[in-house]
Amino acid sequence: MNVLTILLVLLILSAAAYFVGQRQALAVGGGSAKQLHSLPSYHGFYTALWVALPAIILLILWLVIEPHVAESVLRANLPQAYSQLTDAELNLRIGEIKRLATGNIVGATISQDLQAAADSYANTMTVSRIAMLLIMAALVGIGFVFARKRISITLRARNQVERVTTIIMFLASLIAILTTVGIILSLLFETGRFFTMVPFWDFLFGIHWSPQTALRADQVGASGAFGAIPLFAGTLLITFIAMLVAVPVGLFSAIYMSEYASPRVRAIAKPLLEVLAGIPTVVYGFFAALAVAPFFRGMGESIGLDVSSESALAAGMVMGIMIIPFVSSLSDDVMNAVPQTLRDGSYALGATQSETVRQVILPAALPGIVGAVLLAVSRAIGETMIVVMAAGLAANLTANPLESVTTVTVQIVTLLTGDQEFDSAKTLAAFALGLVLFVVTLCLNVYALHIVRKYREKYD
Amino acid sequence: MSLAETEGTAPVQAGQAAQAAGEAKMTARDANVYYGDAQALKHVDLDIGTNEVTSLIGPSGCGKSTFLRCLNRMNDVIDGCRVKGDIRLDEEDIYHPSLDVVQLRARVGMVFQKPNPFPKSIYENIVYGPRIHGMVHNKGDMDEIVESSLRRAGLWEEAKDRLEQPGTGLSGGQQQRLCIARAIAVNPEVILMDEPCSALDPIATSRIEELIDELRQNFTIVIVTHSMQQAARVSQRTAFFHLGILVEVGPTEEIFTNPKDKRTQDYITGRFG
Repeated sequence: MNVLTILLVLLILSAAAYFVGQRQALAVGGGSAKQLHSLPSYHGFYTALWVALPAIILLILWLVIEPHVAESVLRANLPQAYSQLTDAELNLRIGEIKRLATGNIVGATISQDLQAAADSYANTMTVSRIAMLLIMAALVGIGFVFARKRISITLRARNQVERVTTIIMFLASLIAILTTVGIILSLLFETGRFFTMVPFWDFLFGIHWSPQTALRADQVGASGAFGAIPLFAGTLLITFIAMLVAVPVGLFSAIYMSEYASPRVRAIAKPLLEVLAGIPTVVYGFFAALAVAPFFRGMGESIGLDVSSESALAAGMVMGIMIIPFVSSLSDDVMNAVPQTLRDGSYALGATQSETVRQVILPAALPGIVGAVLLAVSRAIGETMIVVMAAGLAANLTANPLESVTTVTVQIVTLLTGDQEFDSAKTLAAFALGLVLFVVTLCLNVYALHIVRKYREKYD
Repeated sequence: MSLAETEGTAPVQAGQAAQAAGEAKMTARDANVYYGDAQALKHVDLDIGTNEVTSLIGPSGCGKSTFLRCLNRMNDVIDGCRVKGDIRLDEEDIYHPSLDVVQLRARVGMVFQKPNPFPKSIYENIVYGPRIHGMVHNKGDMDEIVESSLRRAGLWEEAKDRLEQPGTGLSGGQQQRLCIARAIAVNPEVILMDEPCSALDPIATSRIEELIDELRQNFTIVIVTHSMQQAARVSQRTAFFHLGILVEVGPTEEIFTNPKDKRTQDYITGRFG
């Protein structure tokens, strides 16, 4: 019986328990819910929870503990000959025994004692499963009887059911938080390993990036250089170009949408603009690489400029177009949140619409707009696909937007694509870059949200 | 957007409306307002006397605020709102196509129900209007206008040490007086007040009422109010609106002691409202 079947059976049993509990509560209450403290359905849930929860908790505990117990039993029963083996060899054997027991492919020749050990391991597992099922059945039975006994007019079933639901919701949010914490910890841990190979200051302030490491000592290019400054500079350059495009266009379209457009135009134009945000970044990427970059190169050639076929300009422009909706949609929202009374006050003093926008609406909405722009910046810094395709891989330290540059995200992608060994400085560098990226975007987001929230409090 | 039908010469109906004690600052003849298909104001004839306080009373939705907003064309801002009829300021048709609404609103200021200072400093709130109308040219002009406006609004003593602080940091009553100061700063001829005290406590309300009485010397004031006591306290003339119709208008004392119309009597004695 596998875990899924067990869960399915538990579900059916608890559903049955629900109806029994509900019926019984109605019977106790003399056919109506009037006298009961809680509604009959709560009594039903109460019974169902008593049936399912202990069994599920047992199942989880068992699945966590069982492998360890089974393995220690296996180790205790290993043939004498194995005691001379080193730890690594022993682990290899144990792995083989386990695979043999579960019917998987085994690399080694199957000797008699190996087969015997596998049989006894399989036996242990079977015994363990049967024991688990028996205990589970007992728990289900006890829970059911216990819950039925407790059902009475005064049972506060609702309060107890709600407490359990609260705990379940808490666990759900805990999972999300723990996952985030886990990711951060693994980033920190791997970054720590990286910095034992490459000095911290060399990474953060080095101006040469060439992440080659040798497989053999005699290889050419054995010494990698891990100075991340060119990557940071490239990221900043592309983000800057993107913001040059996105902020004016986004802001003006937001002003038009919230202040000038008629409701009908707005109802059509705003969703259309937000479609931009729904285009997959890959599509933007090949648009940048196949259409925009060659266009800029052709333009450059015609006026005698040397434009690289993968340029920061092309990537930045397309990225700017991609984040227009972020800027415009959020700015539009904050401008709409500026109370109508302020507009009225300004009009009543004889201000024109453009004076009102410039002198009242924009200053009032400014914190929110700054927040929107910061969110867009953090989005631009973290963007990967467009720059992979359109910005190139060469880690040039340059401020010239016509040359190709590379960004932090692009380098992470190239460091980790393909078959890689996971203990070389080359792959670990990706974690260090990831951590830098994470810290920067986190700070930007926190700051932006802080600004947006501070603004919201003012008018609500 | 609304463009009023502009008739060159509207027939001046000699009714109660023409009974303004002094000379009329603003006149409305056959004013009709529509929101989409619904008519909110029907054939209103009303005179606003110079240097008088005229109060507009009536139950909610009776059209008194709508009428008030016709006087400085604030209804233009509302989508689907149309104004028909003849409304004049100093004999000049304010809905005439050649009339600049910016100029009109400089002459007819407005104070709203809820205090709405701009999220700027007290100083900037006052100079906002004068600046957009090009009335101030240097710091000296601005300082002068800030002080005189705040003095006339009775806020100078409380605000003179905190002119650079945001206007939103003042109390509700102070904010409303700041809005009045802001309106006076452009030196209008008429001030419209749309329930200026409904968001204020009794003490702040009585300060505003005193202020209205002082301002009467220099300005023509029209006030919409839900409080009949307030109308009785501050106004010289009262107009009673009901269901979009101007039911009765006359000297305040007369309206409250000896109303001619049954509906007015029912309203001021609290039989409906």
